[in-house]
Amino acid sequence: MSTPLIELVDIEKHFGSVIALNGVSVSVNAGECHCLLGDNGAGKSTFIKTMAGVHQPTRGKIMLDGKQVVFSTARHAIDAGIATVYQDLAMIPLMSVTRNFWMGREPIRKVGPLRLIDFEHANQVTMDEMARMGIRLREPGQAVGTLSGGERQTVAIARSVYFGAKVLILDEPTSALGVRQTSNVLATIDKVRKKGIGVVFISHNVRHAMAVGDRFTVLNRGQTLGTAKRGEIKPEELQELMAGGQELATLEGSLGGTV
Amino acid sequence: MSQADTQTGSPNGGPPEEDVDERIREVSSLRKALVRPELGSICGAVLVFVFFFLIARDSGMFSPEGILNWSVVSAQFAIIAVGACLLMIAGEFDLSVGSMIGFSGIIIALFSVTLGYPMWLAIIIAFVVALGIGWLNGYLVIRTGLPSFIVTLAFLYILRGLTIFIAIKTTNKTIIGGVRDAAEGDWLAAVFGGKIFKGLFVWLGDQGIISTFVAGNRAGEPVVDGIPMLIVWAIGLVIFGHILLTRTRFGNWIFAAGGDAQAARYTGVPVNRVKILMFMFTAFCATVFATCQVIEFGSAAADRGLLKEFEAIISVVIGGALLTGGYGSVVGAALGALIFGVVQQGLFFAGVESSLFRVFLGVILLLAVILNTYIRRTITGER
Repeated sequence: MSTPLIELVDIEKHFGSVIALNGVSVSVNAGECHCLLGDNGAGKSTFIKTMAGVHQPTRGKIMLDGKQVVFSTARHAIDAGIATVYQDLAMIPLMSVTRNFWMGREPIRKVGPLRLIDFEHANQVTMDEMARMGIRLREPGQAVGTLSGGERQTVAIARSVYFGAKVLILDEPTSALGVRQTSNVLATIDKVRKKGIGVVFISHNVRHAMAVGDRFTVLNRGQTLGTAKRGEIKPEELQELMAGGQELATLEGSLGGTV
Repeated sequence: MSQADTQTGSPNGGPPEEDVDERIREVSSLRKALVRPELGSICGAVLVFVFFFLIARDSGMFSPEGILNWSVVSAQFAIIAVGACLLMIAGEFDLSVGSMIGFSGIIIALFSVTLGYPMWLAIIIAFVVALGIGWLNGYLVIRTGLPSFIVTLAFLYILRGLTIFIAIKTTNKTIIGGVRDAAEGDWLAAVFGGKIFKGLFVWLGDQGIISTFVAGNRAGEPVVDGIPMLIVWAIGLVIFGHILLTRTRFGNWIFAAGGDAQAARYTGVPVNRVKILMFMFTAFCATVFATCQVIEFGSAAADRGLLKEFEAIISVVIGGALLTGGYGSVVGAALGALIFGVVQQGLFFAGVESSLFRVFLGVILLLAVILNTYIRRTITGER
C-alpha cells in the first residue's frame, strides 16, 4: 500500500483540564473516502480542526506524504493542500457564486494602472467547475443565497478541488440537508474521490457514511474505537460503536433500527 | 487568455447549449436590469426631481445657480456617504464622522492660523491625525470585539469634547477665523477650495447661455463661475469607491468581511485589515469634507459636522445598503446623497416651512428601505 496522503498518529489534545482527544489515529489515502463517525462530543470537531491546523495537538504527530509536519495556522494547512468545508460557514449568501468561488484568490486582470478582477475568466471557470459537479447555474452572478443547502456545499467543495486540495475535510455536510440534496452531496463526494483526492467525511449518520465510505473510523469519548474497511462491518455494528455499545439495545427495540 | 479558455472549453466540456434545466425559470432581461441594489435610490431620485420640478420650477431651483446650490449640498453628503457606505458593507458603523469633521477643521485652523504653519502642512497634519484616529477606531473594534456602534459612539463624544477643549484652550473661542487669508495662494488649499472650468463658465456667460451679474462689483461675471472642487472630490470619490468595490479583489474582500467575517477568514481573506482600512477611509472622507468646508467658509468651528454621521448613514441606506453589512452600492449611496441634498434645498426653493424637511426625509427613507428590502430578497433568495 502506498503512503497515505495524511496520517495522524496518537493525537492528543487537552483544553486545560479537559482531555478532548486521547490518542486518535487516522490515515487518509489518495482517492478514498474515510468516514469519521461519532456521537456529539466524541471529539470529531476537535480532531478535524487539528487536521486543518486550527488547533495544534498537545501530543502526537501529523505525517504529510510520509513526512512529519506541524501546522501552526489554518493557512499553513490550506497551503499544504488540506481544505476544510465547514457545514454552515462555507459560503456567504449575499454574494454571487463567482465572488464566493474565488474569495481570497480572485484572478487579476491589468487595465492600465488598475488591477481589476478578471470576471470573464472567473465566471467561465465557475460555470465549468459547477457543471462538472453536476450543478447548472442560471448565471454565475446569482447570489449563493438562492442556492439550496446541498448546492452551497457543492460550490464549497468545487472551490476546494479547483484550488488544488489534496485532502478534503467535510464537516457534517449532510446533516442539515433533505433526502435529494443529501444524495447530490454524496454523489459529489464520489466524483471528488475519483479525482484522487482523499476525502474525510464527518458524520453521525451511518447510512450516509455507508453510502460513500471506503473506510470507517469511530470516535468515542476522545478515542479511536477502531477502523474498518468497507464490507468488513455492518451498519448496525457501526451504530453500536458510535453509541458506546450501551443504550443501543433498548433503542433498537423502540425505534426499529431507524436511527 | 480568458478568451482562449472560453473557446477551447474544459476537457469534460461546459454545459451544452440545448441542455436547459427545466426547473429554472427564465428571468427576463428587463427584470434582471431592474433588480439591482441601486433601484430604490434611482426611483427615489426620479421621484424627488419630478416632485420639485412640479412645485418649484419657477423658483430658480433649476437655474445654473440653483443647480450649483443643491449640487454642492449633495456633494457634501456624497463625500461622507462613500466612506460610510464602504464601511457599512464591510460590516461596521462609524458614528464619529460628524465629530471627526469638527475635529479636522479645528486642527487645520489651529495649525494654519493660530500656530502660523503653511496651509498645506496644516492640511496634511489634519489628514495624518484623522487617519490615525480612524485606525484606532478600527483597531479597538477588532481587538475588543465590541460592536463598532459602541466604540465609535465613544469617539463621537471624545472627539467633539476634544475639539471644543482645544479651540477654547488655544484661542478662547470655539470659532477660529482667518483661514481664507492663510489659504491664499496655497497649492493644497486650492485642491480643496478652488474651482475648475472657470474659463468655460466665463465663455458661457459671454455667450448668454448662463446669466451674468448686471450690477455690483462683479458685474459682467457669470453667476456661476466654475465647478467647486468639493463637487470634483465627490465625483472622484464615488468613482473610486465604485470601482474599488465592484471591480477589485479588495472590493470582494469588503463584501466578504461584512457578509460573514468567519467564512471569509476560513478562505484566507484578511478581514481585520480590510475593516481597519475602511475605518481609516471613512476618517479620510470626513477630513476631505472638513477641509473643503473650512476653506470655503474661511473659518473652523467646534460644532461643525453635527449629525453628519446619521445623514451619511441615511444616504447609504437609501442607496440600498444593508445595515448588517455585506451588501450595498456606492452609486446607490451617491444617489441617496443627491436625494438628501435636493430635498433639503428644494424645500427651501419651494418656500416650504423648513421643519417639514425632516418629515419629507423620513418618508423617503421609509419608502426607499421598503423597496430596497424587496429588491434584496429578490436578488438573494432570502425568505
